[in-house]
Amino acid sequence: MTPILISGGRIVDPSQNIDKIADLLIENGVITGIDARINPPAGAKVIDAQRLIVCPGFIDLHCHLREPGLEYKETIASGTLAAARGGFTTLCAMPNTNPVMDNSSIVDFVNRRAKEEGVVRVLPIGAVTKGSKGAELAEMGEMAKSGVIGFSDDGHPVGDANVMRQALSYASGLGLPIINHCEVKELSGAGVMNEGWVATRLGLRGIPRSSEEAMAARDVSLAEITGGRLHVAHASTSGTVEIVKRAKERGLSVTCEVTPHHLTLPDETVLGYANIGKRFDPLTTASYDTSARVSPPLRGREDVAAMVKALKDGVVDFIATDHAPHSRTDKQCTFDEAANGISNLETTLGLLMTLVHSGGMPLPLLIEKLTVAPAKFLGRNLGTLKAGAPADVTIFDPDAEWKVDAKQFASKGKNTPLDGATLKGKVAATVYSGQVVFGG
Amino acid sequence: MTLQGTSSQAAASRVAGVQTINPNARPQAGRRHVLDLDDFTPQEVDDVLQNAVAMREVQQRAIRKVPTLRGKSIFTLFYEASTRTRASFEQAGKILSADVINVSSSGSSVEKGETLYDTALTLQAMNADMIVIRHPHSGAPHFLARHLDASVINAGDGAHAHPTQALLDMFTIQQHLGKIKGVKVVIVGDILYSRVARSNLWGLTKMGADVTLCAPPTLLPPDFLNGAKRQKGHPFAGVKIENNVEKALEGADVVMALRLQLERMKAGHLPTLREYSRIWGINPRRMKLAKPNALVMHPGPINEGVEIDPEVAHGAASVIEEQVTNGVAVRMAILYTLVTPAHGGK
Repeated sequence: MTPILISGGRIVDPSQNIDKIADLLIENGVITGIDARINPPAGAKVIDAQRLIVCPGFIDLHCHLREPGLEYKETIASGTLAAARGGFTTLCAMPNTNPVMDNSSIVDFVNRRAKEEGVVRVLPIGAVTKGSKGAELAEMGEMAKSGVIGFSDDGHPVGDANVMRQALSYASGLGLPIINHCEVKELSGAGVMNEGWVATRLGLRGIPRSSEEAMAARDVSLAEITGGRLHVAHASTSGTVEIVKRAKERGLSVTCEVTPHHLTLPDETVLGYANIGKRFDPLTTASYDTSARVSPPLRGREDVAAMVKALKDGVVDFIATDHAPHSRTDKQCTFDEAANGISNLETTLGLLMTLVHSGGMPLPLLIEKLTVAPAKFLGRNLGTLKAGAPADVTIFDPDAEWKVDAKQFASKGKNTPLDGATLKGKVAATVYSGQVVFGG
Repeated sequence: MTLQGTSSQAAASRVAGVQTINPNARPQAGRRHVLDLDDFTPQEVDDVLQNAVAMREVQQRAIRKVPTLRGKSIFTLFYEASTRTRASFEQAGKILSADVINVSSSGSSVEKGETLYDTALTLQAMNADMIVIRHPHSGAPHFLARHLDASVINAGDGAHAHPTQALLDMFTIQQHLGKIKGVKVVIVGDILYSRVARSNLWGLTKMGADVTLCAPPTLLPPDFLNGAKRQKGHPFAGVKIENNVEKALEGADVVMALRLQLERMKAGHLPTLREYSRIWGINPRRMKLAKPNALVMHPGPINEGVEIDPEVAHGAASVIEEQVTNGVAVRMAILYTLVTPAHGGK
């Protein structure tokens, strides 16, 4: 394996509190050293990282690779390529495949495909219940042996409170978390976007914030009586954050993630990206942008600000993309008919860097939330540039401006409300396990 | 009050306060679609209403045919059941000599699963000049407008908008009261899901009417309930919300009842229809609170005895049937606006 020397970059590794200009050496797939000046070993590939940021590879604890069964939306091959372009070296794949990943044979299949075709690490997440139907527990123990990192019924929240109780209790014995999409379906009803003035303006059914908060509160209560590990997926409201905060203060094993879009895009995005901030302008033919339809829905500005604050305060543990690729026909329809989800992997960094450039978040903190924080959740030696750790490295230009062109995505999912938007911050190279998998 | 006359000027002059039709009144240049009234200027609304006066005269001729739209194709694309709106557009197109082709979701390839996008491509290939669309999903007209060269007219989309209904409502008000500015309009009923109410809000507030909305809190948009949430500069900041129908009706010039969809009860918005009609229904006793001869309006079809008492719906103050007649004139004016090449039509 060719040694790689990444020279002259600004190394930001929150796991070691490193933020300095230095060289980074990779040998035999692992990090071997950081120093002000390292001479390249014989035959080494040298990557010039001057004026670039060098940090641990990003870890995504929540994404959708669609294989098996929905390969027209994404495959492990296309999804991991998209990840590499977005600076991600580890992906955790949700089980809402077809069939649902609710037993070890499907987990084994995904692991095998990932080894054969994936260009970055793929860690599967098993279903909580059989078929994600919310009735009977899936074979969690078997799946744990096959290496799942946790359990989730993903877009289908575990609605039955007793099933959730048993799941939290059972999984606690495996040391694994239950990742719940918090949503009371009865409250969401036929809702398709956030309840608020934008929904009123567009005549679309709203989903109230209580829909998420009521279930988050229930889950916290169940985590308390079971001692189980609860992870609140893609939190989107200040109320959910409050519930998680109180749970943490009481010492419960409760964690929480936020997506790049809930940190940056208000529900006005549904008016068309170019219409954000134009509150009372007439609608245009860009309105009803189905690529901004996502679950949970994009919320109002106050909630967006609350999520940024909660991330900074540590109430929200890390950022996860909820990358949800869809085919063109899934989105080329009316807003009511459209599928939920944003193809996120390739725009995450650029979108999140808007927080850094606006002064809303320090760069090292942002990197922490994409690297060491999710690694801590996984309990693995990832998300770090410590000597001996797997050589997963992301190199990016924080100031490079680029125009999003969804047609150029490696992901099969071209569904992004950012198509045509200009972002500042671009991945230059991604190294996974000592191999350059993008750029360089 | 009905209008009869041999010329548009005569028609207009019979109604006190209506300006004599301006033969030079022209729509604003550049309009391509009618998706809602949010992007209409007051002048543009006024132009449509003035042109509708002339169209009403044409509508009342012995031979109702003018060559204005000869050689133009209008497709009506209705994904929801409708009698009056569809027939109204069809008649409007035919009086103006357009070729009107009706497509409905039943009995068409929509039943075979053809998507709205597929349909749009088909209509594009047929060089449609104008598409009149009604769809249960809000924003369907915007979707078509995004993908088509043709002019798109919204004939009702989900709970979003019904601009031609609002225009005919305003036309009816203007014909009877001579003005819209300062007129007190009370809209009673299911505001939450009513596209008619929403387009009327845009149109009426733009034209300076004094609008009050009255509905059970479950049938009002949540962000309307709290007035403070309606920020400064909000186009509807001046709209009043009144929970008590009797208070709302006090001094009203126009009482507009909205159709109550029966599924609202199933969805838990209301306990019973009986209670709704007793608390919110427009009846003769309540109408006494409004101004004498206040107009009674309804976009139809009516649930008689629910949102409105039959005695009121068919009473002397009712202009409900006239709204239908005016609908044709207003839609003729709209078609004319869009097709005039000098004004942005194809």
